[in-house]
Amino acid sequence: MKIRFWGTRGSLPVSLSASQVRDKLIAAFTAAIGRQLDSAEKIAAYVDNELGFEIAGTYGGHSPCVQIEAGGAEHIVCDMGSGARPFGQSMLARFGPDMPQTYHVFMSHLHWDHIMGFPFFTPAYIPGNRIVIYGCHAELEEAFRRQQAEPSFPVDFSQLNATIEFVYLEPGRSYDIAGVRVTPKLQRHTGDSYGYRFEELAGTGKIAVYSTDSEHALDDNVERESFIEFFRAADVVIFDAMYSLIDAFSIKADWGHSSNIYGVELCQMAGVKCFCMFHHEPAYDDATIASVLAETRRFEEITRTGEPLEVIAAYDGLELVL
Amino acid sequence: MKVSLRRHGNILILSPDGRIDHAHADAFKAALDNHLGECKSGDTRIILDFADVSYMSSVGLRMLMLAARQVKAQGGRIVIAALQPLVDEVFKISRFNLVYQVFHSVDAALAELGSSI
Repeated sequence: MKIRFWGTRGSLPVSLSASQVRDKLIAAFTAAIGRQLDSAEKIAAYVDNELGFEIAGTYGGHSPCVQIEAGGAEHIVCDMGSGARPFGQSMLARFGPDMPQTYHVFMSHLHWDHIMGFPFFTPAYIPGNRIVIYGCHAELEEAFRRQQAEPSFPVDFSQLNATIEFVYLEPGRSYDIAGVRVTPKLQRHTGDSYGYRFEELAGTGKIAVYSTDSEHALDDNVERESFIEFFRAADVVIFDAMYSLIDAFSIKADWGHSSNIYGVELCQMAGVKCFCMFHHEPAYDDATIASVLAETRRFEEITRTGEPLEVIAAYDGLELVL
Repeated sequence: MKVSLRRHGNILILSPDGRIDHAHADAFKAALDNHLGECKSGDTRIILDFADVSYMSSVGLRMLMLAARQVKAQGGRIVIAALQPLVDEVFKISRFNLVYQVFHSVDAALAELGSSI
Protein backbone atom coordinates (compact mmCIF):
# COMPACT_ATOMS: atom_id res chain seq x y z
CA MET A 1 0.00 0.00 0.00
CA LYS A 2 1.21 3.48 -0.84
CA ILE A 3 -0.14 6.79 0.43
CA ARG A 4 0.35 9.96 -1.62
CA PHE A 5 -0.38 13.27 0.06
CA TRP A 6 -1.64 15.93 -2.35
CA GLY A 7 -3.00 18.32 0.28
CA THR A 8 -2.17 18.37 3.98
CA ARG A 9 -3.12 21.82 5.24
CA GLY A 10 -6.23 22.42 7.32
CA SER A 11 -9.04 24.93 6.97
CA LEU A 12 -7.55 27.11 4.23
CA PRO A 13 -4.90 26.65 1.53
CA VAL A 14 -1.76 28.69 2.07
CA SER A 15 1.42 29.37 0.13
CA LEU A 16 4.88 30.58 0.98
CA SER A 17 5.25 34.34 0.91
CA ALA A 18 8.16 36.15 -0.74
CA SER A 19 9.65 36.97 2.64
CA GLN A 20 9.45 33.33 3.73
CA VAL A 21 11.29 32.22 0.57
CA ARG A 22 13.88 34.91 1.23
CA ASP A 23 14.33 33.70 4.82
CA LYS A 24 14.92 30.16 3.57
CA LEU A 25 17.51 31.36 1.05
CA ILE A 26 19.33 33.40 3.66
CA ALA A 27 19.36 30.44 6.04
CA ALA A 28 20.65 28.11 3.31
CA PHE A 29 23.38 30.47 2.13
CA THR A 30 24.41 31.29 5.68
CA ALA A 31 24.79 27.61 6.51
CA ALA A 32 26.86 27.19 3.33
CA ILE A 33 29.50 29.71 4.34
CA GLY A 34 32.92 28.08 4.30
CA ARG A 35 31.81 25.04 2.30
CA GLN A 36 33.28 24.25 -1.10
CA LEU A 37 29.99 24.03 -2.99
CA ASP A 38 31.58 24.35 -6.43
CA SER A 39 29.47 21.87 -8.40
CA ALA A 40 25.78 21.16 -8.93
CA GLU A 41 26.25 17.72 -7.37
CA LYS A 42 27.79 19.14 -4.20
CA ILE A 43 25.05 21.72 -3.95
CA ALA A 44 22.35 19.08 -4.41
CA ALA A 45 23.95 16.88 -1.73
CA TYR A 46 24.17 19.85 0.61
CA VAL A 47 20.51 20.73 0.08
CA ASP A 48 19.33 17.13 0.39
CA ASN A 49 21.47 16.02 3.31
CA GLU A 50 22.58 19.04 5.30
CA LEU A 51 19.65 21.42 5.32
CA GLY A 52 16.55 20.64 7.32
CA PHE A 53 13.31 20.03 5.47
CA GLU A 54 11.90 23.25 6.89
CA ILE A 55 14.60 25.15 4.96
CA ALA A 56 15.18 22.98 1.88
CA GLY A 57 11.52 22.11 1.40
CA THR A 58 8.07 23.08 2.55
CA TYR A 59 5.13 21.28 4.10
CA GLY A 60 2.95 22.83 1.44
CA GLY A 61 -0.34 24.54 1.49
CA HIS A 62 -3.05 22.56 -0.29
CA SER A 63 -6.10 21.57 1.72
CA PRO A 64 -6.80 17.84 2.28
CA CYS A 65 -6.53 15.32 -0.52
CA VAL A 66 -4.88 11.95 0.12
CA GLN A 67 -4.52 9.14 -2.39
CA ILE A 68 -4.31 5.52 -1.28
CA GLU A 69 -2.81 2.98 -3.67
CA ALA A 70 -3.82 -0.55 -2.75
CA GLY A 71 -2.66 -2.35 -5.85
CA GLY A 72 -5.90 -2.19 -7.82
CA ALA A 73 -6.49 -0.48 -11.16
CA GLU A 74 -9.08 1.87 -9.69
CA HIS A 75 -8.07 4.89 -7.66
CA ILE A 76 -8.88 5.64 -4.02
CA VAL A 77 -8.71 9.14 -2.62
CA CYS A 78 -9.79 10.80 0.60
CA ASP A 79 -11.32 14.27 0.36
CA MET A 80 -11.34 16.78 -2.45
CA GLY A 81 -9.54 19.77 -0.96
CA SER A 82 -7.40 21.99 -3.16
CA GLY A 83 -4.87 19.14 -3.39
CA ALA A 84 -7.33 17.50 -5.80
CA ARG A 85 -6.08 19.80 -8.55
CA PRO A 86 -2.46 18.51 -8.63
CA PHE A 87 -3.81 14.99 -8.00
CA GLY A 88 -6.00 15.26 -11.10
CA GLN A 89 -3.14 16.70 -13.15
CA SER A 90 -0.89 13.82 -12.15
CA MET A 91 -3.54 11.32 -13.21
CA LEU A 92 -3.84 13.01 -16.58
CA ALA A 93 -0.08 13.07 -17.01
CA ARG A 94 0.08 9.37 -16.19
CA PHE A 95 -2.92 8.02 -18.09
CA GLY A 96 -3.75 10.71 -20.64
CA PRO A 97 -7.27 11.80 -21.55
CA ASP A 98 -8.09 8.74 -23.67
CA MET A 99 -7.71 6.05 -21.03
CA PRO A 100 -10.85 6.17 -18.82
CA GLN A 101 -10.22 5.83 -15.10
CA THR A 102 -12.38 5.11 -12.06
CA TYR A 103 -11.97 7.16 -8.90
CA HIS A 104 -13.40 6.22 -5.51
CA VAL A 105 -13.57 9.35 -3.37
CA PHE A 106 -14.19 9.04 0.39
CA MET A 107 -15.37 12.26 2.00
CA SER A 108 -14.60 12.99 5.64
CA HIS A 109 -17.18 15.78 5.61
CA LEU A 110 -18.44 18.60 3.46
CA HIS A 111 -16.73 21.69 4.83
CA TRP A 112 -15.34 23.91 2.13
CA ASP A 113 -11.67 23.05 2.59
CA HIS A 114 -12.50 19.41 1.83
CA ILE A 115 -14.58 19.94 -1.31
CA MET A 116 -13.03 23.07 -2.88
CA GLY A 117 -10.69 21.16 -5.19
CA PHE A 118 -13.38 19.22 -7.01
CA PRO A 119 -14.27 21.95 -9.56
CA PHE A 120 -10.56 21.92 -10.48
CA PHE A 121 -10.29 18.12 -10.65
CA THR A 122 -9.73 17.79 -14.38
CA PRO A 123 -10.74 14.09 -14.63
CA ALA A 124 -14.29 15.19 -13.75
CA TYR A 125 -14.47 17.01 -17.09
CA ILE A 126 -13.38 14.06 -19.24
CA PRO A 127 -16.01 11.72 -20.74
CA GLY A 128 -15.49 8.08 -19.89
CA ASN A 129 -14.07 8.67 -16.45
CA ARG A 130 -16.16 7.38 -13.55
CA ILE A 131 -16.09 9.14 -10.19
CA VAL A 132 -17.85 7.53 -7.21
CA ILE A 133 -18.14 9.86 -4.23
CA TYR A 134 -18.78 8.11 -0.92
CA GLY A 135 -19.82 9.72 2.32
CA CYS A 136 -22.07 9.48 5.35
CA HIS A 137 -23.69 12.92 5.15
CA ALA A 138 -27.20 13.19 3.74
CA GLU A 139 -26.15 16.45 2.03
CA LEU A 140 -23.25 14.82 0.16
CA GLU A 141 -24.50 15.40 -3.39
CA GLU A 142 -26.04 18.78 -2.58
CA ALA A 143 -22.72 20.11 -1.26
CA PHE A 144 -20.87 19.20 -4.47
CA ARG A 145 -23.55 20.61 -6.73
CA ARG A 146 -24.02 23.79 -4.71
CA GLN A 147 -20.38 24.89 -4.81
CA GLN A 148 -20.50 24.86 -8.64
CA ALA A 149 -23.82 26.70 -8.87
CA GLU A 150 -24.03 30.38 -9.77
CA PRO A 151 -22.70 32.73 -8.53
CA SER A 152 -19.98 30.62 -6.88
CA PHE A 153 -18.41 29.00 -9.98
CA PRO A 154 -18.62 29.46 -13.75
CA VAL A 155 -19.06 25.77 -14.66
CA ASP A 156 -22.17 24.09 -13.31
CA PHE A 157 -21.89 20.59 -11.91
CA SER A 158 -24.24 19.34 -14.65
CA GLN A 159 -21.63 20.30 -17.26
CA LEU A 160 -19.08 17.82 -15.93
CA ASN A 161 -18.61 15.09 -18.52
CA ALA A 162 -17.45 12.24 -16.32
CA THR A 163 -19.99 9.81 -14.88
CA ILE A 164 -20.37 10.92 -11.28
CA GLU A 165 -22.18 8.84 -8.65
CA PHE A 166 -22.88 9.47 -4.98
CA VAL A 167 -22.96 6.56 -2.57
CA TYR A 168 -24.08 6.90 1.03
CA LEU A 169 -22.24 4.77 3.58
CA GLU A 170 -23.34 3.65 7.00
CA PRO A 171 -20.86 4.37 9.83
CA GLY A 172 -19.52 1.24 11.46
CA ARG A 173 -20.32 -0.97 8.48
CA SER A 174 -17.53 -2.37 6.31
CA TYR A 175 -17.53 -2.25 2.51
CA ASP A 176 -15.20 -3.95 0.04
CA ILE A 177 -14.31 -1.36 -2.60
CA ALA A 178 -11.42 -1.24 -5.08
CA GLY A 179 -9.31 -3.82 -3.28
CA VAL A 180 -9.76 -2.50 0.25
CA ARG A 181 -12.18 -3.09 3.09
CA VAL A 182 -13.25 0.37 4.18
CA THR A 183 -15.06 1.19 7.42
CA PRO A 184 -16.34 4.70 8.21
CA LYS A 185 -16.49 6.01 11.77
CA LEU A 186 -18.40 8.97 13.15
CA GLN A 187 -16.14 11.68 14.58
CA ARG A 188 -16.69 14.77 16.71
CA HIS A 189 -16.78 17.84 14.45
CA THR A 190 -19.28 20.58 13.70
CA GLY A 191 -21.83 18.97 11.40
CA ASP A 192 -20.10 15.59 12.01
CA SER A 193 -17.12 14.14 10.22
CA TYR A 194 -16.16 10.56 9.40
CA GLY A 195 -12.86 8.75 9.58
CA TYR A 196 -12.09 5.80 7.29
CA ARG A 197 -10.15 2.65 8.06
CA PHE A 198 -8.75 1.04 4.91
CA GLU A 199 -7.62 -2.58 5.09
CA GLU A 200 -5.89 -4.04 2.06
CA LEU A 201 -7.76 -7.16 0.95
CA ALA A 202 -4.84 -8.70 -0.95
CA GLY A 203 -1.08 -8.48 -0.75
CA THR A 204 0.33 -7.72 2.65
CA GLY A 205 -2.95 -6.63 4.25
CA LYS A 206 -1.70 -3.20 5.23
CA ILE A 207 -4.00 -0.89 7.18
CA ALA A 208 -4.29 2.89 6.82
CA VAL A 209 -6.64 5.07 8.86
CA TYR A 210 -7.66 8.52 7.67
CA SER A 211 -8.97 10.47 10.65
CA THR A 212 -9.10 14.18 10.11
CA ASP A 213 -11.27 17.01 11.41
CA SER A 214 -11.87 15.06 14.57
CA GLU A 215 -11.97 16.45 18.08
CA HIS A 216 -11.66 14.08 21.01
CA ALA A 217 -13.41 14.32 24.36
CA LEU A 218 -10.71 13.19 26.74
CA ASP A 219 -13.15 12.50 29.57
CA ASP A 220 -15.23 10.14 27.42
CA ASN A 221 -13.87 6.65 28.04
CA VAL A 222 -16.29 4.99 25.61
CA GLU A 223 -15.21 7.32 22.81
CA ARG A 224 -11.53 6.73 23.59
CA GLU A 225 -11.96 2.95 23.48
CA SER A 226 -13.84 3.21 20.18
CA PHE A 227 -10.97 5.15 18.60
CA ILE A 228 -8.39 2.73 19.97
CA GLU A 229 -10.30 -0.06 18.20
CA PHE A 230 -10.65 2.03 15.05
CA PHE A 231 -6.88 2.63 14.99
CA ARG A 232 -5.95 -0.87 16.20
CA ALA A 233 -2.69 -2.21 14.68
CA ALA A 234 -2.82 0.25 11.78
CA ASP A 235 0.33 0.71 9.73
CA VAL A 236 -0.39 4.42 9.61
CA VAL A 237 -2.93 6.75 11.20
CA ILE A 238 -3.33 10.07 9.40
CA PHE A 239 -4.44 12.22 12.30
CA ASP A 240 -5.81 15.71 12.78
CA ALA A 241 -2.99 17.25 14.83
CA MET A 242 -3.90 20.83 14.05
CA TYR A 243 -3.61 22.30 17.53
CA SER A 244 -1.31 22.15 20.51
CA LEU A 245 -2.81 20.31 23.46
CA ILE A 246 -3.19 23.51 25.42
CA ASP A 247 -5.11 25.21 22.59
CA ALA A 248 -7.32 22.15 22.12
CA PHE A 249 -8.27 22.38 25.80
CA SER A 250 -8.75 26.11 25.98
CA ILE A 251 -9.29 28.76 23.33
CA LYS A 252 -9.89 26.24 20.55
CA ALA A 253 -12.03 23.77 22.48
CA ASP A 254 -15.09 22.74 20.44
CA TRP A 255 -13.46 23.90 17.20
CA GLY A 256 -13.48 20.30 16.00
CA HIS A 257 -9.79 19.44 15.89
CA SER A 258 -7.27 17.54 17.93
CA SER A 259 -3.65 17.69 19.05
CA ASN A 260 -0.36 15.95 18.40
CA ILE A 261 -0.15 14.83 22.03
CA TYR A 262 -3.48 13.03 22.18
CA GLY A 263 -2.85 11.53 18.77
CA VAL A 264 0.37 9.93 19.99
CA GLU A 265 -1.35 8.59 23.09
CA LEU A 266 -4.19 7.03 21.11
CA CYS A 267 -1.78 5.47 18.62
CA GLN A 268 0.40 4.10 21.42
CA MET A 269 -2.63 2.50 23.04
CA ALA A 270 -3.79 1.09 19.70
CA GLY A 271 -0.42 -0.42 18.73
CA VAL A 272 -0.11 1.73 15.60
CA LYS A 273 3.17 1.69 13.65
CA CYS A 274 3.22 5.24 12.24
CA PHE A 275 1.54 8.41 13.47
CA CYS A 276 1.17 10.97 10.69
CA MET A 277 0.43 14.55 11.72
CA PHE A 278 -2.05 16.03 9.29
CA HIS A 279 -4.38 19.02 8.74
CA HIS A 280 -1.66 21.50 9.62
CA GLU A 281 -2.70 24.83 11.08
CA PRO A 282 -2.60 27.41 8.25
CA ALA A 283 -0.94 29.95 10.56
CA TYR A 284 2.06 27.63 11.07
CA ASP A 285 5.13 28.20 8.92
CA ASP A 286 7.54 25.41 8.01
CA ALA A 287 9.80 26.08 11.00
CA THR A 288 6.86 25.82 13.39
CA ILE A 289 5.65 22.52 11.94
CA ALA A 290 9.20 21.14 12.08
CA SER A 291 9.47 22.24 15.70
CA VAL A 292 6.14 20.61 16.61
CA LEU A 293 7.27 17.45 14.83
CA ALA A 294 10.50 17.33 16.85
CA GLU A 295 8.58 17.84 20.10
CA THR A 296 6.06 15.17 19.15
CA ARG A 297 8.85 12.68 18.45
CA ARG A 298 10.37 13.45 21.82
CA PHE A 299 6.98 13.09 23.51
CA GLU A 300 6.56 9.67 21.90
CA GLU A 301 10.02 8.68 23.06
CA ILE A 302 9.55 9.65 26.71
CA THR A 303 6.05 8.17 27.00
CA ARG A 304 6.79 4.94 25.14
CA THR A 305 5.89 1.73 26.93
CA GLY A 306 5.89 -0.73 24.03
CA GLU A 307 7.11 -0.80 20.46
CA PRO A 308 8.33 2.55 19.06
CA LEU A 309 5.74 4.61 17.22
CA GLU A 310 7.16 6.35 14.16
CA VAL A 311 6.10 10.01 14.07
CA ILE A 312 6.00 11.95 10.81
CA ALA A 313 4.42 15.16 9.55
CA ALA A 314 2.59 14.93 6.24
CA TYR A 315 3.56 17.34 3.48
CA ASP A 316 2.24 17.97 -0.01
CA GLY A 317 4.07 15.52 -2.23
CA LEU A 318 4.93 12.96 0.44
CA GLU A 319 4.76 9.35 -0.69
CA LEU A 320 4.51 6.87 2.13
CA VAL A 321 5.15 3.22 1.35
CA LEU A 322 3.67 0.91 4.00
CA MET B 1 -3.77 6.23 43.17
CA LYS B 2 -2.98 7.62 46.60
CA VAL B 3 -3.13 11.40 47.12
CA SER B 4 -1.78 12.51 50.49
CA LEU B 5 -2.29 15.97 51.88
CA ARG B 6 -0.72 18.15 54.50
CA ARG B 7 -1.19 21.77 55.51
CA HIS B 8 1.20 24.57 56.32
CA GLY B 9 -0.95 27.38 57.61
CA ASN B 10 -3.32 28.25 54.83
CA ILE B 11 -1.27 26.37 52.24
CA LEU B 12 -2.49 22.92 51.25
CA ILE B 13 0.02 20.51 49.74
CA LEU B 14 -1.49 17.71 47.67
CA SER B 15 0.90 14.88 46.79
CA PRO B 16 -0.37 12.34 44.25
CA ASP B 17 1.58 9.15 43.79
CA GLY B 18 2.15 7.19 40.56
CA ARG B 19 0.77 7.68 37.06
CA ILE B 20 -1.93 10.20 36.25
CA ASP B 21 -3.36 8.61 33.13
CA HIS B 22 -6.78 7.57 31.91
CA ALA B 23 -6.81 4.67 34.37
CA HIS B 24 -6.06 6.79 37.45
CA ALA B 25 -7.22 10.26 36.50
CA ASP B 26 -10.58 9.97 38.23
CA ALA B 27 -8.95 9.36 41.63
CA PHE B 28 -6.72 12.38 41.10
CA LYS B 29 -9.70 14.48 40.02
CA ALA B 30 -11.71 13.45 43.08
CA ALA B 31 -8.87 14.45 45.41
CA LEU B 32 -8.40 17.74 43.62
CA ASP B 33 -12.11 18.58 43.44
CA ASN B 34 -12.42 18.18 47.22
CA HIS B 35 -10.20 21.20 47.75
CA LEU B 36 -10.54 23.47 44.74
CA GLY B 37 -13.51 25.27 46.29
CA GLU B 38 -11.45 26.58 49.18
CA CYS B 39 -8.68 27.82 46.87
CA LYS B 40 -9.95 31.36 46.48
CA SER B 41 -8.89 34.90 47.19
CA GLY B 42 -7.79 35.34 50.80
CA ASP B 43 -8.24 31.63 51.53
CA THR B 44 -6.27 28.43 50.98
CA ARG B 45 -3.50 28.22 48.39
CA ILE B 46 -2.61 24.88 46.86
CA ILE B 47 0.72 23.32 45.98
CA LEU B 48 0.54 20.21 43.81
CA ASP B 49 3.60 18.23 44.83
CA PHE B 50 4.40 16.01 41.84
CA ALA B 51 7.62 14.51 43.23
CA ASP B 52 6.10 11.02 43.08
CA VAL B 53 4.21 11.42 39.80
CA SER B 54 5.99 9.34 37.20
CA TYR B 55 3.70 10.00 34.23
CA MET B 56 1.09 12.55 33.23
CA SER B 57 -1.17 11.87 30.25
CA SER B 58 -3.33 14.34 28.39
CA VAL B 59 -6.31 13.31 30.52
CA GLY B 60 -4.44 14.44 33.62
CA LEU B 61 -3.30 17.62 31.91
CA ARG B 62 -6.88 18.42 31.01
CA MET B 63 -7.83 18.14 34.68
CA LEU B 64 -5.04 20.52 35.57
CA MET B 65 -6.36 22.94 32.95
CA LEU B 66 -9.86 22.83 34.43
CA ALA B 67 -8.46 23.25 37.96
CA ALA B 68 -6.39 26.26 36.93
CA ARG B 69 -9.41 27.80 35.24
CA GLN B 70 -11.61 27.35 38.34
CA VAL B 71 -9.00 28.69 40.73
CA LYS B 72 -8.33 31.69 38.53
CA ALA B 73 -12.05 32.50 38.47
CA GLN B 74 -12.11 32.31 42.26
CA GLY B 75 -9.11 34.60 42.60
CA GLY B 76 -7.07 31.83 44.23
CA ARG B 77 -3.61 30.47 43.58
CA ILE B 78 -2.50 26.95 42.68
CA VAL B 79 1.05 26.01 41.72
CA ILE B 80 3.05 22.90 40.91
CA ALA B 81 6.28 21.73 42.48
CA ALA B 82 8.96 19.06 42.14
CA LEU B 83 8.23 17.71 38.67
CA GLN B 84 10.24 14.64 37.73
CA PRO B 85 12.42 15.36 34.65
CA LEU B 86 10.29 13.48 32.13
CA VAL B 87 7.02 14.91 33.47
CA ASP B 88 8.65 18.34 33.37
CA GLU B 89 9.42 17.72 29.72
CA VAL B 90 5.81 16.70 29.04
CA PHE B 91 4.73 19.97 30.68
CA LYS B 92 6.99 21.96 28.40
CA ILE B 93 6.05 20.09 25.22
CA SER B 94 2.35 20.51 25.98
CA ARG B 95 2.92 24.17 26.99
CA PHE B 96 1.48 23.60 30.48
CA ASN B 97 4.42 25.51 31.90
CA LEU B 98 2.53 28.52 30.56
CA VAL B 99 -0.59 27.60 32.55
CA TYR B 100 1.05 26.76 35.86
CA GLN B 101 3.86 28.32 37.78
CA VAL B 102 6.25 25.43 38.35
CA PHE B 103 8.77 25.33 41.23
CA HIS B 104 11.70 22.96 41.46
CA SER B 105 10.76 21.95 45.00
CA VAL B 106 7.94 22.18 47.51
CA ASP B 107 10.16 24.35 49.69
CA ALA B 108 10.61 26.81 46.85
CA ALA B 109 6.86 26.87 46.28
CA LEU B 110 6.22 27.39 50.00
CA ALA B 111 8.68 30.25 50.08
CA GLU B 112 6.94 31.89 47.16
CA LEU B 113 3.49 31.42 48.62
CA GLY B 114 4.56 33.11 51.82
CA SER B 115 5.07 30.29 54.28
CA SER B 116 7.80 27.94 55.42
CA ILE B 117 8.08 24.44 56.77
